[in-house]
Amino acid sequence: MTDETSAVVARGLRKTYGRTAALDGFDLTVPRGTVCGLLGPNGAGKTTAVRVLTTLLRFDAGHARVAGHDVTRHPERVRAAIGLTGQYAAVDETLSGRQNLVLFGRLRHLPPRTVRRRADELLDQFGLTDVAGRSAGTYSGGMRRRLDLAASLITTPQVLFLDEPTTGLDPRSRNGLWEAVRTLVADGTTVLLTTQYLEEADQLADRVSVVDAGRVVAEGTSAELKTRSGADRIELVVRDAGQLPAAAGLVERVTGGPVRVDREIRRLSAPVTDRITALAELLRALRDAGIAVEDVVLRRPTLDAAFLHLTGGHPGGARTEVAA
Amino acid sequence: MTTTVETPRVPSSHAERASAAGPLSRLRWAVVDGWVMTGRNMRHVIRSPEEIVLYFSLPIMFVLVFGYVFGSGMAVPGDGSYREFLLPGVFVMTMLYGLGATASQIAVDAGRGVVDRFRSLPMARSAPLTGRAGADLLRALLELAVLVVCGLLVGWRWRNGVGDAVAAVGLILLLRLALTWLGILLGLLVPNPDTVSVIVFPLAFPLTALSNVFVAPELLPEWLGAIAAWNPLSATVAAARDLFGNPGIGGESWAAQHALLLAAGWPVLLIAVTAPLAVRRYQRLSS
Ligand SMILES: Nc1ncnc2c1ncn2[C@@H]1O[C@H](COP(=O)(O)OP(=O)(O)O)[C@@H](O)[C@H]1O
Ligand SMILES: [Mg+2]
Repeated sequence: MTDETSAVVARGLRKTYGRTAALDGFDLTVPRGTVCGLLGPNGAGKTTAVRVLTTLLRFDAGHARVAGHDVTRHPERVRAAIGLTGQYAAVDETLSGRQNLVLFGRLRHLPPRTVRRRADELLDQFGLTDVAGRSAGTYSGGMRRRLDLAASLITTPQVLFLDEPTTGLDPRSRNGLWEAVRTLVADGTTVLLTTQYLEEADQLADRVSVVDAGRVVAEGTSAELKTRSGADRIELVVRDAGQLPAAAGLVERVTGGPVRVDREIRRLSAPVTDRITALAELLRALRDAGIAVEDVVLRRPTLDAAFLHLTGGHPGGARTEVAA
Repeated sequence: MTTTVETPRVPSSHAERASAAGPLSRLRWAVVDGWVMTGRNMRHVIRSPEEIVLYFSLPIMFVLVFGYVFGSGMAVPGDGSYREFLLPGVFVMTMLYGLGATASQIAVDAGRGVVDRFRSLPMARSAPLTGRAGADLLRALLELAVLVVCGLLVGWRWRNGVGDAVAAVGLILLLRLALTWLGILLGLLVPNPDTVSVIVFPLAFPLTALSNVFVAPELLPEWLGAIAAWNPLSATVAAARDLFGNPGIGGESWAAQHALLLAAGWPVLLIAVTAPLAVRRYQRLSS
C-alpha cells in the first residue's frame, strides 16, 4: 500500500504546547477501507492526532494526507471527504436534534429536501426520532453522542474519525455503534478510531496502533501485538500433587523454558513457541510417564497485557478498565 | 440505537465538488452558508423569547429617558423640536449598544463545542461570522421598527418622503453592520465572554457623549465640537436628520457639510478593516 492510495498518511507529525510535545514524530498509515484503532492511555496524543488530521489543529512539523489531500494545503478538500465525531459532542445545544442534522447537512451543501430526508433517516437509525424536536441540551450523554455520530454520517464520509466514540455509552448503544461502524466499513469507508478500551480495538480494528507520549510505539493486528508482547503459555493441572516434580521435569524437557509451579492448585505453566507441537508432545510424554492430567490449556496473552508491555507498563487510569 | 444500519445514500463527493470550485462559486457558497448560519442564530432567538423582550426595552427606554427627562432643557439650533432632533440620534445609539450583544454572543459561541463541527465541515470559513452579522442586522431591523413606532408616538416625523426615509434607515443599518463586525472582532479577542460587556460600555458611552446625538456640535466648546463633528456616529446621525428632514443639521465643519459621504465611508472603512481580521482570528481559534 503506497502513500498515494492510503486513506490516512501521517509522517513525522509534531505538535507542542509550551514544553509538552503532544505529538512527537507521529507516523501512521491507514489503508483504504480498513479500521485503524489508535490505542493509548490518557494524554498519549490521540485527540491531538485526530484534530491535526481533521484540519482543526495546525501542527509544527511533518506532513499529513487524508483521502488523498494534503491537510495543510487543501484543508477544504479534506473536510469535504471526512466525518468527525470528536471526544466531546460537537452539536448545537440550543437547537433540536433534527435542527442540528438539517443545519449540518445544509452546511455540507446538500439540497434542503435531501437534507430533511437524510435527517429523518439518521434520527431513526440512531433511535432519536422520539426526541428529535427537543433541544439537544436536554439530551442524555448517550443521546448527544449518538446525535454527534449521526451528524458525521450525513454524507457517507470517505474517512471517518471517531475519538473515543463509546466513552459514556451504555453497552447497548456501544454495540449499536460498533454495528454502525462495521456497516460503514463494509461500504468502503475507512475508519480511524481512538480508544482507551482494549476490547474496542480488539472488536473493531483491523490494525491497532499503540500510541504513547505522542508517537506510535507499536503497530499490527491485535493478534500480532499480543504475540509480540510475550509468548503463549501452556498450563496444566495434575491430579496428584505427588506427581508435580515429575510433571515439571517433563514440561521443562518439552518446552525448554522455565516452569512455574503452583503447588496449591497443582498447576504448572511454561512459555511455548510452537504451541500445537508442544501440546501434542507434552501430552504424549505425560501419558507415557503415567501422570494423570486434569486440565490443559494454551494461553495467549491478552491485548491488555500487550498494551501494558508496549507502553512501558506505567499505570494509567483507563488501562485497567477493560480486560480484552 | 437500532443494530441494523442502512447504507447512507448521500455520497460525500457531492460536497467535495461544491468545495473544489472557483472563486465565483466560493462567493455564492459564502453567501448561502452565511444565510444558513443566520437562520441558525435566529432559531436560537426563537428558543429564548425573553431575549426578544430585552431587544425592545432598551430602545424604548432611550426614547423616554432622553426625550422627556433630559429633553426638556435642551436647545436645538434653528428652533426645532428637541424630540424630533433626538430620535435619529437614539436610532444610532441603539445600533451602537447592539455591539455589546454581538460581542458577547460571538464570544459565548466561540467557546461552544459545536465550533469544532463547523470548522470540520466543508462550509465557508466566514459563515459563522457572517451568520452572526446577518442575525444581528435582522435584530437591528426589528429594533428600528420599534423605535420608529415609539418616535411617531412622541411626535417624531419623516418629512422628505418615504424614499429618503428608507435611505436614512439604510445608512443606519450600514453603521450597524460595521459595528457588528467590530463587535465580532472584540468578541473573538477577549479571552472571557463575561468581560465583553465590561469592555463595551466604557467604549460606547464616551462615543455617544462626544457626538451630535444629544447636542448639536456647534453648541459645544470648539475643540469638543470638532471631535463630535468627526465622530463616525455623528456622520450617520447628521445624514439621517438630513434625510428624515429633522432639525439640527448644518454646521460649518467639512465633516458636517459632507455628512452623507462620511456616513457611507466610515462604516465601509470599518468593515474593510474588521471583517478580514475577524475571519482570520476565527480560523485560528483553538489551533
Ligand atoms: N490545548 C492544549 N494546551 C496544552 N496542552 C495540551 C492541549 N491539548 C493537549 N495537550 C497536551 O497534549 C498531550 C496529549 O493530549 P491529547 O491529545 O488530548 O491526549 P489523548 O487524547 O490521548 O488523551 C497531553 O499531555 C495534554 O495535556
Ligand atoms: Mg483524547
